Amino acid sequence: MTGSTETESAADGSSRLGRRLLAERLSGYWFGGAGYFAVALFALIVLTLLYQSLPLLAEYSVVQALTSSNWDPAHNEFGFLPAIVGTVYVTLLSMAMGTPIAILAAIYIAEYAEGRTKTIVSSFIDVLAAIPSVIFGLVALLVVVPFVGDYLAPAVGSDATGLGIFTVSLVMAIVVTPFMISLAVESLEALPDELRESSLGVGATKWETIRSVLLRAAGPGIFSAVLLGFGRVFGATIVPAMLIGGQTQLPESPLATGQTLPTLIVNDFGELMSLPLTQSALIFVGLLLVVVVWLFNFGAMVVRRRLRRRWQY
Amino acid sequence: MTMTSPTTNATLTTENLAVTYTGNREVEAVKGVSLEFAANRLTAIIGPSGCGKSTLLKSLNRLHEIQPNVEIGGDVRLNGESVYDADEPVPEIRRRIGYVPQEPTPLPLSIYENVAYGLRIHGDYESKADLDERVERYLRKVNLWGEVEDRLDAPGAELSTGQIQRLCLARSLAVEPEVLLCDEVTSALDPVSAETVEETLADLKEEYTIVMVTHSMDQARRLADDVVFLYLGEVVEANDVETFFENPQHERTRAFVDGSAIPTTGAVDGEANGDGDGNERATTTDTEPGEPVVAER
Repeated sequence: MTGSTETESAADGSSRLGRRLLAERLSGYWFGGAGYFAVALFALIVLTLLYQSLPLLAEYSVVQALTSSNWDPAHNEFGFLPAIVGTVYVTLLSMAMGTPIAILAAIYIAEYAEGRTKTIVSSFIDVLAAIPSVIFGLVALLVVVPFVGDYLAPAVGSDATGLGIFTVSLVMAIVVTPFMISLAVESLEALPDELRESSLGVGATKWETIRSVLLRAAGPGIFSAVLLGFGRVFGATIVPAMLIGGQTQLPESPLATGQTLPTLIVNDFGELMSLPLTQSALIFVGLLLVVVVWLFNFGAMVVRRRLRRRWQY
Repeated sequence: MTMTSPTTNATLTTENLAVTYTGNREVEAVKGVSLEFAANRLTAIIGPSGCGKSTLLKSLNRLHEIQPNVEIGGDVRLNGESVYDADEPVPEIRRRIGYVPQEPTPLPLSIYENVAYGLRIHGDYESKADLDERVERYLRKVNLWGEVEDRLDAPGAELSTGQIQRLCLARSLAVEPEVLLCDEVTSALDPVSAETVEETLADLKEEYTIVMVTHSMDQARRLADDVVFLYLGEVVEANDVETFFENPQHERTRAFVDGSAIPTTGAVDGEANGDGDGNERATTTDTEPGEPVVAER
């Protein structure tokens, strides 16, 4: 603008200001629009699922569907209990195996590992977290399934084939652990050094500092990491579909084959969707998944808020 | 344990203490510092930003060791015992030489548990009543008891920053250290809170050997018994507070005290340092007469 005269640049300036203010006003709309779009999408999904579940709910009560263990779509029997039990089994077992390892590994990476070791270990964990879970399913078919079928099951006196709830849980633990480690490391590394210095400065050891100070201060973050892992296991589809054995019956032991809510949808989706009531039943399963995840996130938010207040620093 | 804390009479000395960061770029942050921090006096370490004040302070109780790639030279002695070659484990050294960081840092615990933290770790109490009594004693010592006595179970972080900084002092004092290291403990506070913390420190220096880093010359003037002027990792001058401010022995000190540019070259040679007149004050100790403490750049 160095060449323009004074009047020109003044006029230019005011129209420029006008454009800036217009952009400012519009920005609120498009950011808001994007935000509300997400809300609308969620509402739309829930409403669609609810509407499509109505045919099933007209024939069966919710309690009946949730507590019956008889799943036989061909004879219009829709009991979801086996899949619910399978899902709970897989989620709890996976988290029981994965969470302690995730927290220990995160502490090691964030507080103990240094220099090259730290770089190498954490880059491997990031790579593991990025591998598509179908790969884990494939490798598990070649390695974990024979191991469970040939060694573990006979050792505990079971005639399981290797496909089943335990195998799925083990593999899902392997899938989500790197993911939980990454997030937990982030929350530990975000803590200010003053916390470490304050604790060490009164003569605490490193471990005492970690246990009494750092794990609390990073607690809400670690809790979120575990919950995100939990959510991933709960909604996992491909690994359970490959490894669970697909039998819709109440599992007798953790080594037994079974079904989870997502695998119920995947396994019966193709062939049975032509039957209207079956379609409605599978959509009801989807509704169930969404509602549970939603409730869970809500509860997690409340707990996290409490933790954050209690363990603030 | 008696009700009143005895004065500690601890002397902290450094012998050619050097701290080098050996990361991507090698930086000698503290260069051959030999000082004596006299018993039951408050020594202020002053100097421009980045002169190595905090590094020097943290190396006194080995707290810099939480950073990777740091090398140490020389030694620190607490009442003559080596801190770096000590038979004592590092946590015990840090209990004896406490540290309060610049940023008011409550631990993620209640007000009560913040003060009880070190006591619980060391098991330094006989009963719950004893613990209660000690928590109260140290909260009183930092003039915080009256403000928190009815909400000891509230999270420490809910206090104001000035209160938190006094809580941090109480936490450090509760493990009965002999020396207290304070890193610019008022710089993150508003003027009123800073004044309260200063008053607390003024009370505490009767009983403890305190080493305080500050960037405020006024604060050093108000609080300190002795002043050390650190510049580019070296001690330029160490003297009692009156001599330091009224009759500085060095051109650089004079320039820093006046607020003018510090000469980077010129008449700095070891001769004008405190000559060890036997008083209990922070002076550069001539441990190795052949090497002037202040090396010429």
